[in-house]
Amino acid sequence: MPEEKFDCIIVGAGPAGSSAGYTLAKAGLSVIILERGEYPGAKNVMGGILYSHSMNEIIPGFYKEAPLERPITEQRALLLTDDSGIHLGYKTKKFAQEPYNSFSVSRANFDSWFAKKVDEAGGMVIPKTVVSDVIKEGNKIVGIKTGQGETLYADCVLACDGVNSLLAQKAGLHKEWEPSDVALAVKEVLTLPREKIEDRFNLEGSEGCAIEFMGTISKGMVGIGFLYTNKESLSLGIGCLLSDYQKSLIKPYDLIEEVKSHPVIRRLIEGAKTEEYLAHLIPEGGFYRLPEVAASGMLVCGDAALLVNSIHREGSNLAMKSGVLAAETVIEAKKRNDFSLNTLSLYKKKLQESFVMQDLKKYRRLPQLLHKRKEFFSRYPQLASEIAYELIRVDGQVKSLKEKEIIKKIFETNSALGWGKVAFDLWRATR
Amino acid sequence: MRIEDKLFKVKFKADAHEFCHLKIKDQAVCLKCEFKPCTTFCPAAVYKWEGNKITVGYENCLECGSCRIACPYFNIEWEFPRGGFGVQYSKG
Repeated sequence: MPEEKFDCIIVGAGPAGSSAGYTLAKAGLSVIILERGEYPGAKNVMGGILYSHSMNEIIPGFYKEAPLERPITEQRALLLTDDSGIHLGYKTKKFAQEPYNSFSVSRANFDSWFAKKVDEAGGMVIPKTVVSDVIKEGNKIVGIKTGQGETLYADCVLACDGVNSLLAQKAGLHKEWEPSDVALAVKEVLTLPREKIEDRFNLEGSEGCAIEFMGTISKGMVGIGFLYTNKESLSLGIGCLLSDYQKSLIKPYDLIEEVKSHPVIRRLIEGAKTEEYLAHLIPEGGFYRLPEVAASGMLVCGDAALLVNSIHREGSNLAMKSGVLAAETVIEAKKRNDFSLNTLSLYKKKLQESFVMQDLKKYRRLPQLLHKRKEFFSRYPQLASEIAYELIRVDGQVKSLKEKEIIKKIFETNSALGWGKVAFDLWRATR
Repeated sequence: MRIEDKLFKVKFKADAHEFCHLKIKDQAVCLKCEFKPCTTFCPAAVYKWEGNKITVGYENCLECGSCRIACPYFNIEWEFPRGGFGVQYSKG
């Protein structure tokens, strides 16, 4: 472990940490990233879709050399009940062209590559190193302690250590998350020959498809599932609020088995072999639950700061953007030679001015709405399925009578005033 | 597919010093815990109620952090495994 003092110590070589590290190294600052995994990516999990935009700002044309799976050209949303599915989809060839919209990725590969780019830019990346605590001088954070008892000093520490950010807790920036702040997601990587994937998902060549689904499949828990196509594998998973798992006593590994056997899903994955099983927490608390992200000598980025836009399923791009903004703040602080909270608070201003905070703010009421209205994961999808069934079924019944029955069903589920309230809540939560 | 078979597909690097990064702070608390949700929500079935105590199969821990946050009595001490040890994802 090097003895000298760094401009910046970054904890965690994920999208936030490597984005910050790359930006700082390119600006000529001395930077070290400490990563607890055997290699960058070993501990890192996401559903599997990386949006290009933030990454392309950091390394323009990254997709020409980064290990990526498939550019996503089709997005599907499914509303699933136990025995049915309503589909909505959008496909365009425009997403198969540069600069692309998003890619399916394997984080073990991608994060390793990104960390290598940081190294090439002059940053230092040290794996197999747990950071156990911060070192404080008065109120100021001046360095870190490793699990091995080594100490390392810097003008600024960036906590990019993911959703389990023990470091920011130890630094006193926030208390433990609530179980309703996070979703527990389990995922399987299932291998399937390329031709089968392309046939089953209606894909041309290297194109990819991203499917997200919700409904009674999460058994009344607030949750969303996903099925993404990689080159020669599929990523299938489901995430539900940890607070709901805590109460329902459903086992996540049983739930993913039910997903795999769902009539709308099972043919898509038939014959695919489980290659890996993964679990991870996803921040879901939204705007009102965001922790303090700046202290004297420390900034917090990415999942560690709960920066996830859960409704749009965006996380890694917010992590990257926040990493870059933190790095820009450190560069400015270095110019001023002032790493006090006063200067580092510039990071918060930058976040507020960017899409990161503005998007989170737009959906600030959504988490509360979903906690309140569990019917979105039980009665409402069931009703939608019953309506679709009646509309599509031809049974000799005259249509005007059918319509009346459907309307009756709708108002049996909820009164007109009740539906009005649902619509109002939805409108308020997304405006 | 059973959880045992799923975990069989995960690569774990066992700590050379058998450092256990998950600890039950006080087993007496688990005795009075009515539903013992750690035995159901843990995605790696690390926690099992055996006899009259919770056993901790930390070797299979996927390091998600759920138990630290969702133990109703905050009775689980959770640390990261030592650097380079624990779960090693390579496909996801």
